[in-house]
Amino acid sequence: MDSEALKKQIAGWEPTTEFVEEGSQYLNAIVSPPQLKALALKLREDEATHFNFMFSLTCVDYPEHMMMVYHLRSLNHKHEMVLKVKIDDRENPVVDTLCDIWRTAEYLEREVYDLFGVKFNNHPDLRRILLDDDWKGYPLRKDYVDPINIVSY
Amino acid sequence: MEAVKEKSDLKTQEYFVNMGPQHPSTHGVLRLVLGLDGEIITKVEPHIGYIHRSIEKMCEHDNYRQIVHLTDRMDYLSSHMNNEAVCLAVENALEIEVSDRVKVIRTIFSELTRLASHQLWWGVMGMDLGALTAFLYGFRDREMINDIFEETCGARLTMNYNVPGGVMFDLHPNFQQRVKDFVIHFKSKLPEYDLLLSDNVIFRERTVGVGTLSKEDVISYGITGPTARGSGVSCDIRKLHPYSAYDRVEFKEILMEDGDSFSRYKARILEMWESLHIIEQLIDNIPEGDIQAPTKALIKLPKGEFFQSVETARGELGVYIVSEGGKSPYRMKFRSPGFSNLFVLEHMAKGSKIADLVAMMSTIDLVVPDIDR
Amino acid sequence: MGIDIQQAQKNVPEDFPGQVIPAGNGGNIVVTSFDKIINWSRSNSLWPLTFGTSCCAIEMRQTGAARHDWSRFGFEVARATPRQADMIVIAGTIVNKMAPVLRRLYEQIADPKYVVAMGACAISGGPFFYNSYSVVKGADHIIPVDVYVPGCPPRPEALLYGIMQLQKKIRASSMKDESKSLEEFDKGL
Repeated sequence: MDSEALKKQIAGWEPTTEFVEEGSQYLNAIVSPPQLKALALKLREDEATHFNFMFSLTCVDYPEHMMMVYHLRSLNHKHEMVLKVKIDDRENPVVDTLCDIWRTAEYLEREVYDLFGVKFNNHPDLRRILLDDDWKGYPLRKDYVDPINIVSY
Repeated sequence: MEAVKEKSDLKTQEYFVNMGPQHPSTHGVLRLVLGLDGEIITKVEPHIGYIHRSIEKMCEHDNYRQIVHLTDRMDYLSSHMNNEAVCLAVENALEIEVSDRVKVIRTIFSELTRLASHQLWWGVMGMDLGALTAFLYGFRDREMINDIFEETCGARLTMNYNVPGGVMFDLHPNFQQRVKDFVIHFKSKLPEYDLLLSDNVIFRERTVGVGTLSKEDVISYGITGPTARGSGVSCDIRKLHPYSAYDRVEFKEILMEDGDSFSRYKARILEMWESLHIIEQLIDNIPEGDIQAPTKALIKLPKGEFFQSVETARGELGVYIVSEGGKSPYRMKFRSPGFSNLFVLEHMAKGSKIADLVAMMSTIDLVVPDIDR
Repeated sequence: MGIDIQQAQKNVPEDFPGQVIPAGNGGNIVVTSFDKIINWSRSNSLWPLTFGTSCCAIEMRQTGAARHDWSRFGFEVARATPRQADMIVIAGTIVNKMAPVLRRLYEQIADPKYVVAMGACAISGGPFFYNSYSVVKGADHIIPVDVYVPGCPPRPEALLYGIMQLQKKIRASSMKDESKSLEEFDKGL
């Protein structure tokens, strides 16, 4: 499916989705946290879109909000798209987990929790994965202060 | 397990054993906490982070030329391909067209790196299962590739040869002859690998039927590379989104049916033959041209997001750059193949014995700095 | 009569510390000092612990492989357990999470023990010196190091030279030196 057909399909399921195409080589669909789980399930189950392979899951920290970024690919139809979730609350970011839809999300979400502090609802085992268990703070956030190690210009 | 319990009146208790961060399977510093019932594994929990060097945070403070130097050290056995991923992302963002010569050189180096990585994997797999001779054979053949790299790039392992826009130096005059000699030499040595391990009765007993992965599991866990192709899932980035000179060479994507450890092993051996085939097609006609396309000294990417995947020896490495227009990325994320491949271990290993776990870990081919970044 | 010592020494290797005098009844008398003979035997049979964290580990294994063979120097057996090893070659970056593990491994090795820091990361943090929140900037913040081998990664020949320097250092030591304890190392840091 090309971008236009994908846009129509997704807008049919979730009319409030925002689509962005410039500045990126894929179609970006931006939703808000409550709409994420239902849309993700439909994207995987529906025969026409069939996004069965998630190849990247990450988070980007902006000054006013946080953006979760999911890169999806369909191995049958060979198309790709980006699903984004805009989390407005930077102090306490919470979003639904997608690990029952794509099993790879379980550990990628643990990494996002470790480095950014985003909590995931219904995650089977949410704890730190890369850093020590008693590490204070979330290093990849832009306001992480480490006067000894990090040189700022 | 139930039958055993019925026969004896002995009660067993689950206990935990630590395959600690320092252990002789030397895939790196990976800690596995195994829950065992006798010799049968009931739980595998990988603990990572013992080599987490915060490369992603460092990238936010470095400019793009410096980032290429850092990516060498992530999956150091496919160091050339890591560099290529970042350089391709930057070149696509700036819409720079590199010359044909650069594309062919990059492809030849990528395939040589893939061969070196698979040779080391083969040697270490033999060593893990107890066949120490395989270790010496694998490293002997790897030395020839290291010599070729050293002549042109100056370094053996972390080459740092790609720059955004091209490659750093021109090829050494001996390069073509040495690569041709190597290909002829290695074609006579690769059947030895089959004689030593693939046709060996003990090896087959330890790998056939061990650690089977179905297609649905592979897709759901996000596994890529020869680990996925051993279960029949077609996911080769060189075929899906061809880059550099892969659209002008002919090679097969190796797909195996059974999904057990032996299929994954066989997929890598056959990939070595395909790499030799690719090098043969390219080495005789390297086109003339510029080594570097003109770029500014301080590279600034336009505002936007860019994603580039390459096929490393372990799977799909993805580079995701979010740029706000400055000289450093706003956010740089590396989609590492090892991270997704590792966590299928629990699913594979439940119900088997510890010795099988070692065979399974070898065929997943982990490099732990790639997982931790 | 008398024993010709020069003649007797002809069959003895040159670097053997001491004189070998045949005693006449088929046996030999070895004349040397404790220091010399103990240092000679220790330096020629150092067993390393297989400890490699990242890229330098590959060059360390390449040193153990067929072309640059390190078992010519006596490091034949690379032990996996620290209780049976003599030295650690720290090949790779040490991060905050791994530091207690390295310390514990070092404490488990029996005296006399030696440490070789291989590669830029083990010497000073290497390419990860700036802006990394989790890298220990040099393994000598954790354990005392004897020899530093620079490079990123150092060539196998460089590692062999580093280990030969360690052998020289061992041969120059004496039983009269007091061995330094870890508490003194911690205080001096």
